[in-house]
Amino acid sequence: MKIISSLIALASIATVNLAHADINVGVIVSATGPAASLGIPEKNTFALMPTTIAGQKINYIILDDASDTTKAVTNAKKLIGEDKVDAILGSTITPNSLAMIDVVADAETPMISMAASSRIIEPMDAKRRWVFKTPQNDSQMAIAITEHMSNSGVKTAAFIGFSDAYGEGWWNEFSKIVEARHIKIVANERYNRSDTSVTGQVLKIISAHPDAVLIAGSGTPAALPQVALKERGYKGTVYQTHGIANNDFLRVGGKDVEGTWLPAGPVLVASQLPDSNPLKKSALAYVNKYEAAYGAGSVSTFGAHAWDAGLLLANAIPVALKKAKPGSKEFRAALRDALETTKELAGAHGVFNMSANDHLGFDQRARVMVKIEGGKWKLAK
Amino acid sequence: MDLQIALLLGQDGITNGAIYALLSLALVLVFAVTRVIFIPQGEYVALGALTLASFQAGKTPGTLWLLLGAGLAVALIDVAGSLRSGSRRRIPGVMLWNLGYPAAAAVVVLLARPVEWLLPAQVLLSLALVVPLGPMVYRLAFQPVAEASVLVLLIVAVAVHLALVGLGLLFFGAEGSRTTAFGDASFQLGSITVTSQTLWVLGSSLFLIVALYLFFGRTIYGKALRATAINRTGARLMGISTVLAGKLSFLLAALIGAFSGILIAPITTIYYDTGFLIGLKGFVGAIVGGLVSYPIAAAGALMVGLLEAYSSFWASAFKEVIVFTLIIPVLVWRSLTTHHVEEDE
Amino acid sequence: MSASPRAVLSVFLIMLGLGPLLLPEFYVTLLNYIGLYAIVTLGLVLLTGVGGLTSFGQAAFVGLGAYTTATLTTASELPGWLAPFGHSPWLALVAGLMVTAAVAVLLGALTLRLSGHYLPLGTIAWGISLYFLFGNIEFIGGHTGITGIPPLQIAGIEVKSGREFYYLIWPMLLALIWATQNLLDSRSGRAIRALKGGTLMAEAMGVDTARLKMAIFLIAALFACVSGWLYAHLQRFVNPTPFGLGIGIEYLFMAVIGGAGSVWGAVVGAGVITILKQWLQDLLPKLLGSSGNFEVIFFGLLMVLMLQRARDGLWPMLARLMPVVRDNGMARPEGLPLPKKAMAQSGESLLVVKAARKEFGGLVANNNMDLTVRAGEVLALIGPNGAGKSTLFNLISGVTPMTSGEIRFLGERIDGLNSRTIARRGMSRTFQHVRLLPAMSVLENVAIGAHMRGSHGVISAALRLERAEEGCLLAEAARQIERVGLGTQMFEPAGSLALGQQRILEIARALSADPCLLLLDEPAAGLRYLEKQALADLLRRLRGEGMGILLVEHDMDFVMGLADRVVVMEFGEKIAEGLPDEVQRDPAVLEAYLGGVE
Repeated sequence: MKIISSLIALASIATVNLAHADINVGVIVSATGPAASLGIPEKNTFALMPTTIAGQKINYIILDDASDTTKAVTNAKKLIGEDKVDAILGSTITPNSLAMIDVVADAETPMISMAASSRIIEPMDAKRRWVFKTPQNDSQMAIAITEHMSNSGVKTAAFIGFSDAYGEGWWNEFSKIVEARHIKIVANERYNRSDTSVTGQVLKIISAHPDAVLIAGSGTPAALPQVALKERGYKGTVYQTHGIANNDFLRVGGKDVEGTWLPAGPVLVASQLPDSNPLKKSALAYVNKYEAAYGAGSVSTFGAHAWDAGLLLANAIPVALKKAKPGSKEFRAALRDALETTKELAGAHGVFNMSANDHLGFDQRARVMVKIEGGKWKLAK
Repeated sequence: MDLQIALLLGQDGITNGAIYALLSLALVLVFAVTRVIFIPQGEYVALGALTLASFQAGKTPGTLWLLLGAGLAVALIDVAGSLRSGSRRRIPGVMLWNLGYPAAAAVVVLLARPVEWLLPAQVLLSLALVVPLGPMVYRLAFQPVAEASVLVLLIVAVAVHLALVGLGLLFFGAEGSRTTAFGDASFQLGSITVTSQTLWVLGSSLFLIVALYLFFGRTIYGKALRATAINRTGARLMGISTVLAGKLSFLLAALIGAFSGILIAPITTIYYDTGFLIGLKGFVGAIVGGLVSYPIAAAGALMVGLLEAYSSFWASAFKEVIVFTLIIPVLVWRSLTTHHVEEDE
Repeated sequence: MSASPRAVLSVFLIMLGLGPLLLPEFYVTLLNYIGLYAIVTLGLVLLTGVGGLTSFGQAAFVGLGAYTTATLTTASELPGWLAPFGHSPWLALVAGLMVTAAVAVLLGALTLRLSGHYLPLGTIAWGISLYFLFGNIEFIGGHTGITGIPPLQIAGIEVKSGREFYYLIWPMLLALIWATQNLLDSRSGRAIRALKGGTLMAEAMGVDTARLKMAIFLIAALFACVSGWLYAHLQRFVNPTPFGLGIGIEYLFMAVIGGAGSVWGAVVGAGVITILKQWLQDLLPKLLGSSGNFEVIFFGLLMVLMLQRARDGLWPMLARLMPVVRDNGMARPEGLPLPKKAMAQSGESLLVVKAARKEFGGLVANNNMDLTVRAGEVLALIGPNGAGKSTLFNLISGVTPMTSGEIRFLGERIDGLNSRTIARRGMSRTFQHVRLLPAMSVLENVAIGAHMRGSHGVISAALRLERAEEGCLLAEAARQIERVGLGTQMFEPAGSLALGQQRILEIARALSADPCLLLLDEPAAGLRYLEKQALADLLRRLRGEGMGILLVEHDMDFVMGLADRVVVMEFGEKIAEGLPDEVQRDPAVLEAYLGGVE
């Protein structure tokens, strides 16, 4: 759309102005360690990003933080100190992104996080001025789930989540919102990503007889509690989070995850979106590009967060270039300003409308409810 | 908690505990023979399960390339060593096991379409790929430092663990896999249902424990291993090769690890990094057994499994805190009751 | 080209001092992390490398330091009793050290009693427990973490940039290295090094090993806490990930790779591992493309290779490569003589054993044993192998508890006391199987014997406040070495001596303790004829000074020429006692030794 047409236009005058320095973009993803299932598709996505924008060559310098905060901070310092990057995209998970805030703010370098928690951009302060993010806030997704729960007449709910920042973030949001909807939480359980058994937690949930269970995990490990619930004969509705949205989840969950509800970015069901949806084209663009490179069915919503971060940047760079040269403090400030004024930019997950107080800029269009039916993601009408 | 829940938790704890018990046996075995605290034990669990899952998904498992690579490395080192020491007669054997065998495995995997095979054949092929990695890892990583201190061997084991986990991620990706169950049947036992897979886990664990017992008690290799465990120098003087004993113990450890992985892959999801925590819990059992006693190690491992099951019911967020805090008093008790031999008489 | 160690150290320090001014910012960052890791690893060198106690749990102590300061300096309101610590990182450091000390004492009390492999597992257990506690307590940010930790201030100036931090971290590290080096080179340090060889010998020399283990455990924990405090203010964000088991293992890794036996090994290990990882991160994508993640694989393989090439770590290798002249300033230590105990009157009973009985399970090792050793006499205890002589030795010296009977030393009951207390009363011993520290010099080994004649502890040693006493102890050790005739080998590693000489070394060590009763277990074994003569002369001299000597020996010529009286044992019981030639004619003795006379 807007960005694509501008890309084409700019590519046509791409008689690269060599006098300018290249634009260096630092990327930090959790490609190994516990968050690898999120970080790897993100990393793959950067290989698909445009290498020239507005006639400027873009260098993506991709570093792995091994899901470790210390490494994330070291990487950020390296990108800033050694590679003189103009912007940093990353990291994959919330703690790492939080840890990087001080570094990028001190260096006055804009950063676009690919992690979920709203704590990364709220409350807005002098440091978070420099920080943006692309994934939907947990709270936004939690609202979608609770809304769906109360519409389906759920009165009691149980929660089981990862015992890490992801599960914790979801519990905080979910437990807050669910009260307003007069849904009672009857069980609150945790498990580890690599646990081989969740029988204890599942039995406790079942003995509390909830109408619905929300499982807050990411990737295939989120299937384990659901399989165990099915095995123990649980008949209620199971909700998952957008953290599961890749095809590996369907592969591992098999028939046990039929009928699951989850909120997700539109990219998950891009082809099912009505043509009128402004996101259909931009989401499909990503899906097609990713699957062309990595095979059919390989796409995941995590990679799409990285794609959106790239889009935001590609949209802001031409604006910033008018004000300053890459590699300078002024350019980074201009880039930040341009990011903050992003308007009506359609990405894979939603439409970005940034403002000084909202460094995500998503609205209702950024989430859809999806049901798993026949081993496929089905957009709820 | 009512009785039924208590029983279900008990069943769960015993099933997991059985796997921990198997691993703890392997750890005790490896430590007794080689003094290596074998941190990568759990990696064989993941490699075994994921190799089988790859076959079932119709993919070529990365462990094949690892087997070929490790075999090549062993062959290069051993052939070079044989040439230097002039013992050329060893060369054909080395070539056969480290080049010929992996090549044959590659031919089978690549041409015979294991995806269409029956489950037992797939299991055997998976074991055939993963188990030889045991002695190869011993040859490459541990044999050159066999006489070093326990601490150095431990650190080498950690390094091997890091490399194997990295390879696992490279081969199988970050997402997990499950395999098809050995059977669909389930049985009613009082008020609880027991799936046939659970019986498979328990039965196989018991079978392996008995088999190991017979192996150590009745066979010449088993006796040689025991002799090495008791007295390395003495065993060497008696003509028992410590290298052979080391390789044999690693072979058994790899077999136990990979088979454990195959046993639990239908009841849980296995990831490239699943092994570490499972191995750690087996390790707890092994230590409770003082790294020498097989029955106490198995009992310790069962205890860990049960502790885990019940604490995940009572306070799931604090499960690990509870399990590992409760281990400390057990350790203190074991430490005080075990006669610690520091005396030289 | 070669230089003195002092010159090499000066060059190194100047390079360290100027480094940040010349290096790019990112390298300073790396050096900062190396410094932080090295502080923790230094504690592990002391605890694991020198003391032989393997800990996987140091990362948890780092976490305690980091979390204490993070919580105190970011909390908007603190309960009244904590309020004084709020908002000042320096007071938070004090609080962190207190918290860490309390936790370490508690954990130490539980886990340091664990023997053998139970200890490392114990450290794994509480390491994991603390990690999950960090993540599950909402008050301290849970798994997500605490943001907005304020920067440090020194005299009103914010320490914020990497360079500023460097000048905080590295002086601290160097100060801790200095203190640790001092500690190791002291009375307590020798005792710590003795821990690794088993506690039996150390306790027999009067070392309180339990207390010493706790001391090094505490020191290592406090070092880790300091590192965590620095980490929190450098990172200005804290969450549980950097304090998990994986990182705990990595610290151990650093210690072993660097060389766990030396304080500089900590710096080398932390440096090599940090830089290697960085280097792999830069290099591998260029070689192999960025499609996979090869860093950890190559890292693991490189570590295996490195340990195969240098199993004692890199520092010993580096130290050999360095253009350093070995310090030849090994002058015989001088110091004032130490005060000596008054010797008992010749002929007075020193040791009286009455009806001593020892059972192991159902086996009776000693039964109804009586013997008396007087001041100024040599009593020889002889008997065939397995007669129970060494068991009796262990009963007397308090190594194993007696089943029944009575032992008096200097008129007081000592059965039931531990060997340390007995040693302090003036009984000193050698071992049948030599127990010394092969890597330490003869002088240091012997000085362990003088341990209980000094009193300065760990802290004064670290600050070098005990030099006068240390001089006296070493001088005493040197005197005893010369007395037993090992003067020319004073500075050689004890392990390089012949076995017979090692036995003599043990006698010197026992003599350094200023005993009035000497227990010698087969001192003449492995000695050549002339050496035996010299030993016999020495023992005669000691006897002449009024010392009592209890001797187990198989060499009959040696025994009969030296002993005043002989006690003969068989099957755990006394079968004869008397003057040497009486005993030699005793039919029961002949029966025991020769299988009977017709």
